[in-house]
Amino acid sequence: MKFERKDLLGLEELSRGEIEFILETAGSFVEISERPIKKVPVLRGLTVVNLFSEPSTRTRISFELAEKRLSADTVNITASSSSVVKGETLKDTAKNIEAMNIDMLVVRHNAPGAPHYLADVLHCPVINAGDGPHEHPTQALLDLLTVKQKRGTFEGLNVTIIGDILHSRVARSDIWGFTKLGAAVTVCGPPTLIPPDIESTGVTVSYDLEEVIPRSDILMLLRIQTERLKECFFPSIREYSDFFGLDSAKLERAKPDVLIMHPGPLNRGVEITPEVADGPRSVILDQVRYGLAVRMAVLYLLSGGELKSEDSD
Amino acid sequence: MKTLIKGGRVVDPSQDLDQISDVLIEDGVVAQIAGSIDAGDATVVDANGLVVCPGLIDMHVHLREPGREDEETIATGARAAIAGGFTSIACMPNTEPVIEGDEGVKFVLAKAQDANLARVYPVAAISKGLKGETLAEIGTAMKAGAVGVSDDGRPVESSALMRRTLEYVKMSGGPVFAHCEDLSLSAGGVMNEGRMSTLLGLKGMPPESESVMVARDIMLTGLTRSRLHVCHVSTGRSFSFIKDGKTSGVDVTCEVTPHHFALTDEAVRTYDTNAKMNPPLRSERDMGAVRQALRSGLVDAIATDHAPHSTEEKDQEFNSAPFGVVGLETALGLACTCLYHEGIVSLSALIRLMSTNPAGILGLTQGTLKQGSPGDVTVFDPDREWTVDPARFQSKSRNSPFSDWKLKGRAVSVIVGGRVLLRDGELS
Repeated sequence: MKFERKDLLGLEELSRGEIEFILETAGSFVEISERPIKKVPVLRGLTVVNLFSEPSTRTRISFELAEKRLSADTVNITASSSSVVKGETLKDTAKNIEAMNIDMLVVRHNAPGAPHYLADVLHCPVINAGDGPHEHPTQALLDLLTVKQKRGTFEGLNVTIIGDILHSRVARSDIWGFTKLGAAVTVCGPPTLIPPDIESTGVTVSYDLEEVIPRSDILMLLRIQTERLKECFFPSIREYSDFFGLDSAKLERAKPDVLIMHPGPLNRGVEITPEVADGPRSVILDQVRYGLAVRMAVLYLLSGGELKSEDSD
Repeated sequence: MKTLIKGGRVVDPSQDLDQISDVLIEDGVVAQIAGSIDAGDATVVDANGLVVCPGLIDMHVHLREPGREDEETIATGARAAIAGGFTSIACMPNTEPVIEGDEGVKFVLAKAQDANLARVYPVAAISKGLKGETLAEIGTAMKAGAVGVSDDGRPVESSALMRRTLEYVKMSGGPVFAHCEDLSLSAGGVMNEGRMSTLLGLKGMPPESESVMVARDIMLTGLTRSRLHVCHVSTGRSFSFIKDGKTSGVDVTCEVTPHHFALTDEAVRTYDTNAKMNPPLRSERDMGAVRQALRSGLVDAIATDHAPHSTEEKDQEFNSAPFGVVGLETALGLACTCLYHEGIVSLSALIRLMSTNPAGILGLTQGTLKQGSPGDVTVFDPDREWTVDPARFQSKSRNSPFSDWKLKGRAVSVIVGGRVLLRDGELS
């Protein structure tokens, strides 16, 4: 079986089958990173450009590692070193990248739709590594892989995403991914940070974390940015933590096998207390580990790779 | 000089006329409408099987001159108007420098005279430099030939300044053209707020950012007993306030744009920057409200909000692209296709919306074919099928969301003051 798309721009447009196929492929890449020699030659000779016009440590390093472990040649262009800051238009950036004759582009951009624009004009596959508050498909795929590895199935699971849903690309991609695979998704946060008409995506909205905790199988915390204070989305960090921060006291009412997830970077003491983040129910570092496998799988599939059946391996 | 328009279906809502007639224009004015006119030496325009109506008027365009002549000039805008079937256009003052006082108005009028195509009527600024702080020389501008005042593109944020404007403009008689938007509610927004903005991760502008200002401006118009024209109405709630104002005797009129009756925010789905304008494309429900307001007669005028932008500026990520779409050359086709052929408005109502009413609001003597009126006539075929190709626009800009649309209805001949400027679809 092959992945039939040129690009990976978001989970909204993917079918359940396509998502399951990526996860299955990723599953076979988990093992590679556990070998003493972590390199396989599947992308040897191919050049991958990581264009990051927004600060990112985790995602960029994860992509870069994934590329290197697949033996690709990688180039990183970050906002500070690229001409993005010099006023070059996205169109010119695209043309320049095209002229370099690269094989794949990974792009992080603060403007929603920027990867779609690049995918339109570039012949090579484009992977969206986060476009503004729109989508972050590989993050959602790694969240899905984490849950799949821990739980085996999505059917019947209650997934609760907590925090700044309005500005979160992770929330949007997670909503598509989890609902498509059969989980029920609740978004929870202050009403100011819940986007309009989000129910149309099939989620339930709650403003009461304590009420949703007991029935949740997954608690996905989102990073809360302090800039939102200035925009009057909520009055203080203290009040936010009181209502929506996850601490041991709130967790007492959770199911015993609840999984605590967070896309990082953590604001310890704001949306999550250290003892919860580092506690036994936290799978935050598993997410990072599986992120690598997911990105290897996506790079592999978009380069034209096929998933071999197990007996031929 | 005589021009004879022969054999057309003359539809003139100003005199309840709808019959096959000849129209004779002599010395620039309408001389006679009769079953069959024989005028030996007249220039003849064949209108057999076509609709003949008072020249269409677009009361809301942006011509970019002075300042951005790369995007549009007064001449190219006036040419695009003729190609689209318009004999008169009113242009907004948000140029660089801003059109204000007598100097700005005279500049536009002189350029329009040089172009000698569609008639161009300037709307002058309300506030100095469109800054919303102090009054521009409104009286002087109106005396020099402005047809109204507006800070269009920006609202007058201060309620006190809006009140003063409405009061002060009464001495000149002109209406205040209001771009209604509460900037604190719409701040940072690039599209309509709703399901689509949530899915796309784009910052939305709630419909209420328009409606609250419509309500304010209607109340202030009532207070001052002045005259208000609400530009590009895009929400159902705004129409409720306008209806309430009209019913209670406030002198308020309103316009809608073709893009707001033809498109919804679904058009933004692909991050197409040609679907980015302000007010933004709204929900299905609000588009339905626009159509319903047209059907019920609540809307006074169809105006394009023609806003040319260079391809470079539009060819960017959605957040960075400027607001605005061109409209002069697609308006008639869209009005015929989406309104007339859909049974939402009659032919007579359509002509009222695009000619008679705009003339009334602007205080022009056009908008009618009564004897002695200016000889401005549009001849169009409501059934002519054509495909929109922005590359063939007369406008300098190409930013249309209607590329490749198949429309039914197009201007065939356009006569301004008896001069045939468009004949059988060809510009002279």
